[in-house]
Amino acid sequence: MAALINVPSKAKRGDIVEIRTLTSHIMETGFRHTADGNLVPRNIITSFTCRYNGAEIFRADLFPAIAANPYLSFFAVVKESGKFEFEWIGDNGYSSAASASITVE
Amino acid sequence: MPTTRRQFLSLAGGATVAGTIPIVTLRPLEATPAMLNAAIRNVVGEAQIHTGRIKLDIPPLVENGNTVPLTVSVASPMTADDHVKSIHVFNEKNPQPNIGNFYFGPASGRAQVSTRIRLADTQKVVAIARLSDDTFWQIAADVVVTLAACTEEMN
Repeated sequence: MAALINVPSKAKRGDIVEIRTLTSHIMETGFRHTADGNLVPRNIITSFTCRYNGAEIFRADLFPAIAANPYLSFFAVVKESGKFEFEWIGDNGYSSAASASITVE
Repeated sequence: MPTTRRQFLSLAGGATVAGTIPIVTLRPLEATPAMLNAAIRNVVGEAQIHTGRIKLDIPPLVENGNTVPLTVSVASPMTADDHVKSIHVFNEKNPQPNIGNFYFGPASGRAQVSTRIRLADTQKVVAIARLSDDTFWQIAADVVVTLAACTEEMN
């Protein structure tokens, strides 16, 4: 899927690492009209979750006020090597996932 | 005793300082519109909202309301006993008062989130943090927007 994930590939045990995610999505607000007056239906990502080795470390509820192609950056404490899993869920059954691995020394 | 020029000036200066301080500090939080207040009460309930501890980084002047960078952070040790549970961001004049809810835990390490938001007008942005002891902390920032988002026509 069209997602850009930025996670450091290596870290020391106990480090706080920054995770940056960007996914492509129109994030149509549902408040816009076409030139002939019809409302453009809402189509947004409503939820984002990040899990680290299966445990949730960050979650977000998104609203139409989030810009198109939602960017989110946040932090995590890394205690052991493993995998970050990312999931985006949205209107009209939208679902997208990505993952990134980290080696902890 | 005749008033000297020095005395007069120091008096006048003192009066100016005393007169301006209340104007700067007394920006009432009640001035927020009803929708914003309702959205905040939805999250907070009846709990008291304190000012401070939370930091909101947003440009004071933006040219394009379609993408406004925003960073919210709380100074917190993020331990099991003392961490930030969530951060909620609201606006005053978009069609909908919510911007985003962000949930953290001790494994987050740092209570900070960055994203990009839309602003439909020059307005106030409010961020509220919920700590693990269920206290709420708030901060507000004013943003001037020259090109609005959300409401333009689509072709």
